[in-house]
Amino acid sequence: MNGSPRKMFVERQTYRKRRMQDAARFLPVIGLVLFLLPLFWPRGPEDGIAMSVAIEYIFAVWIALVAGALVLSFLIKEEPALEDGGAPEPPRGRND
Amino acid sequence: MQTLNVLIFVCTAYALFLFFVAFVAERAAMRGRGKWLRSSVVYTLSLSIYCTAWTFYGAVGYAARSGFEYVTIYLGPTLVMIGWWWLLRKLVRVGRTQRITSIADLVSSRFGKSNLLAVGVTILAVVGTTPYIALQLQSVTLSFEAFADSLNQQGEAANVSESTALWVAMGLALFTVLFGTRNLDANERHHGVVMAIAVEAVVKLMALLAVGIFVVWGLSGGVGDTLARIDASEIGKWQVDGGRWATLTFLSAAAFLCLPRMFQVMVVENSDEQHLRTASWAFPGYLLLMSLFVVPIAVMGLERLPASSNPDLFVLTLPLSEGQNALAIFSFIGGFSSATSMVIVAALALSTMVSNHIVMPLWLRANVGRASFSGDVRHVVLVARRVSIAGVVFLGYLYYRMSGGGTALAAIGLIAFAGMAQVLPVLMGGLFWRGATRVGALAGLTVGFGLWGYTLFLPSFGEGAFMPRTVLENGLLGFAWLRPQALFGIEGIDPLIHAVFWSLLLNAITFVTVSLASFPSPLERLQGAQFVNALQQTGSARSWSAGTAQTEDLMVMAQRILGASEALQFFRREAARQAGGNARPGKLPDPTPDFLQRLERELSGSVGAATAHAMVAQIVGGASVSVRELLAVADETAQMIEYSDRLKAQSLELSRTAEQLRAANEKLTSLSVQKDAFLSQISHELRTPMTSIRAFSEILRDTADVSREEKQKYSSIIHDESVRLTRLLDDLLDLSVLENGQVNLNLRDGTLREALDKAASAAATGDESPAITILRDPEQESITLHTDFDRLGQVFINLIANARKYCDAEQPELTVLVEHNDLGVQVDFIDNGSGIPSDAQDLIFEKFARVSPQRAGGAGLGLSICRQIMERLGGSIGFLPDTRGAHFRVTLPMVAPEHLAESKPLVTN
Amino acid sequence: MGKRVLVIEDEPNITEAIRFFLSRDGWEVFAHSKGHDALEVIAHRKPDLLILDVMLPGRSGYEILRDLREQPEWTELPVLMLTARGQAKDREMAAEAGASRFMTKPFSNSDILEAVRELAPV
Repeated sequence: MNGSPRKMFVERQTYRKRRMQDAARFLPVIGLVLFLLPLFWPRGPEDGIAMSVAIEYIFAVWIALVAGALVLSFLIKEEPALEDGGAPEPPRGRND
Repeated sequence: MQTLNVLIFVCTAYALFLFFVAFVAERAAMRGRGKWLRSSVVYTLSLSIYCTAWTFYGAVGYAARSGFEYVTIYLGPTLVMIGWWWLLRKLVRVGRTQRITSIADLVSSRFGKSNLLAVGVTILAVVGTTPYIALQLQSVTLSFEAFADSLNQQGEAANVSESTALWVAMGLALFTVLFGTRNLDANERHHGVVMAIAVEAVVKLMALLAVGIFVVWGLSGGVGDTLARIDASEIGKWQVDGGRWATLTFLSAAAFLCLPRMFQVMVVENSDEQHLRTASWAFPGYLLLMSLFVVPIAVMGLERLPASSNPDLFVLTLPLSEGQNALAIFSFIGGFSSATSMVIVAALALSTMVSNHIVMPLWLRANVGRASFSGDVRHVVLVARRVSIAGVVFLGYLYYRMSGGGTALAAIGLIAFAGMAQVLPVLMGGLFWRGATRVGALAGLTVGFGLWGYTLFLPSFGEGAFMPRTVLENGLLGFAWLRPQALFGIEGIDPLIHAVFWSLLLNAITFVTVSLASFPSPLERLQGAQFVNALQQTGSARSWSAGTAQTEDLMVMAQRILGASEALQFFRREAARQAGGNARPGKLPDPTPDFLQRLERELSGSVGAATAHAMVAQIVGGASVSVRELLAVADETAQMIEYSDRLKAQSLELSRTAEQLRAANEKLTSLSVQKDAFLSQISHELRTPMTSIRAFSEILRDTADVSREEKQKYSSIIHDESVRLTRLLDDLLDLSVLENGQVNLNLRDGTLREALDKAASAAATGDESPAITILRDPEQESITLHTDFDRLGQVFINLIANARKYCDAEQPELTVLVEHNDLGVQVDFIDNGSGIPSDAQDLIFEKFARVSPQRAGGAGLGLSICRQIMERLGGSIGFLPDTRGAHFRVTLPMVAPEHLAESKPLVTN
Repeated sequence: MGKRVLVIEDEPNITEAIRFFLSRDGWEVFAHSKGHDALEVIAHRKPDLLILDVMLPGRSGYEILRDLREQPEWTELPVLMLTARGQAKDREMAAEAGASRFMTKPFSNSDILEAVRELAPV
């Protein structure tokens, strides 16, 4: 009974971490799909979509992706090393 | 003139400023205060060398010509960056742990450190990058000319442009040599260079943003107005070709990974993987800002500037034409920054490849045996680097001069991308597929490179330059399906898409197919496992606190390979050796070079020398490959060994069974032969005395006039032969009983003397054989034995009787020597006769083997029986060929073994 | 003097017996006990009949007979072979080597006498 809540907590954290990693993997895929979407737009000198719309769309997606990557970069965690149980990383060498 | 001079002044000042920045950064790094030099912001900014002068100036030109397509050049890298968790993380990890120095090194390292592959990638990189460097030089020259043009100083312009490219090239070479080869950092990191290009990254972004803001809010009436202008312009409609859109996105993503300069800043110069985390969003953001104002500038340029003006220079000419000289100079500096940073890093990356994979191997080969001093080699490496840098930059300059700086250069950007993208299949395969092999990589790269050259690079020089018109129109050797821009008869595709599609497709197919069909070397497999499993290890290099940690890991690894007990024994032996024989139990040996060498040799017996060396080096060298990963390799090797052992065991089992069958068959055959021979012998031995008996009894019966003496003589012959026959039958029965183990031994205590006394007297009586003097030492013979004295006596009698019969000395003597220890007694019988001929010595213990030519009345079974008896008594009898006379040795235990006495048959035939 | 018979046999008692009843029948009996010099002894004694044992020290009876038959002057010599090994194989080998008659030990004296008389008629 004693250790059980803590155990729950750890598992929950691990679970969250995994899902954040999934999100990081998913982000470029959705980015690719959204970037390739304009292929379905009508094109041509007369009936093509207006350039301003294209610019707004592409940059909007772009900004969204950057924002998504920004958020994820803070949420995502590396798998903790099994040996040291996620202890802080050893100090870096002089070169760094 | 005024502006031009200011421009030259600003330009020189800017260059000096960069030198200063690089110098300060180097100094700070050397003093160990360089933490801020290596922040994630600097890392992100250094990635911006992706945006060269081609993108700074060219993007606007691209947009002015083809509308929105230019943006794909930024979308590819954006996707790669935000997808860092997939790929870049692994790439950077591998690059750091394997101490990779270039993309060529990465490919070579992954595929068993194959230098051939490295050379291939290096050549690819040089071919792909040289025109690109030329492009940068051209852009600087063009922008200079643009200034000159606007000031109507036509006369001077040509002069200026002639020298500009050369001066810029020389300046860049100098900078790169100074800060790129100051020292030979093991990690190939160049703080000064990275800092300088980070500064340049800021400058070029600011410059472009400044021009953009001026255009949108200065010339146009804000965002809304600008968008309206865009829609109204000639590029106001969505006209992008779908195929090109997708292909270019893909191509730019591939180039982002494969371009030597990108690899340099992204992987080689990376000091902390966590920087990737920041760059994952910051760099896409940077790219976004870089491309944000491209369309507005292009539209405004198209609107305001004369139709004859070069859209590639709108960024510069637009402010100039509006009289914003300061902005124009700023813009020029931005373009200058883009060009110089690209040339510097590209030259650095290429020189590393050229010197490491081409110059150094050649130098080492030419100086076999002389490169024994490391300082010597370091010096050579530095010189090679410097010469390579100058060479690469000069090559770019040469290319620029040769091509005449025409518009042909503009297209080279994408062509170079497509060339470097040929490395992509090998790179991906190497990182994610352990089955990828060196031969496969070589084949794939060759096919890809060849097709790229044939379908894109050579035709790009224009008809007739490198590729005859006939080839372009009718295909190589007249085969229509070999037309460079319509392979396999598929026409009407954009040449770029066509080339990228076919070269990468066939490249990948060849790579995979050949990999599947070939078999990797041990080193390749080791490297493959380390690359593919790069992310399964701990985040960073483990620091070895003490020598024992290493030894423990070495031991764990050795156990996996050698087997637990063998490894333990080896380590104990080594510990004992180091401690001079008095090691504490459980103490591990120190990892001395001597010990490591022996361990390596021990391991190499199981996994091959290369793998053993690599494994030991990885653990001891402290390189940041985790032990867990090494163990994975070790496990794999162990499995391989186990498997082959199992196969070996199986085949051994089979051959053993076959051997047993063969032996059994032989035994049966020889048994049958033996039985025949034995029966034949018995027949002979029985029939001979019977012949005499029958013959003489018939004589006595049928002959009337037999004299009394004859009668007497013939009767005694009959009697003697009957006795001989009886004795023979007795012996045969005795032998049969002994051989079948059915004999009942009568074990009791007694002395050896007793046995010898009885035997001597028994052998002396009876026969008419000459008497023999027996020399004995009663003292020695007083040994108490527990054995069957009747059987032992039988043996002694036989030996003494034999000596009496066969000793041919004039005064026959038999010496009996006794020696004993705790285990048993040894009795030697040595006579003074001429001994036994050496060719007969092997036979004397066989049945019916008679050595002596004359008949001695025996059946030839005596020694056979002796041998059987001695076996029953737990001893043995042998003939020693050392002395002149016959020398027999009887050995027997003090106590005859009980279990043998009543045992099953010893001889199972 | 009667005909000459040479007995090559290593068992002295058997030689003694053969000598006894052949000499009584009027034969001049010579004896020899070794195999290796048998051919010389035959050449020396020039017998009208040869009684040859198979198992001889030094050289087997078969070998002696085979060599003997290769010399033209001895191709017709009647040879009676004696063997203590009475297997069919031995009979074949004797015939092959060129024996005129083959007898197994132990033999009956009268059989030997009969065979000798037949082989070398007086």
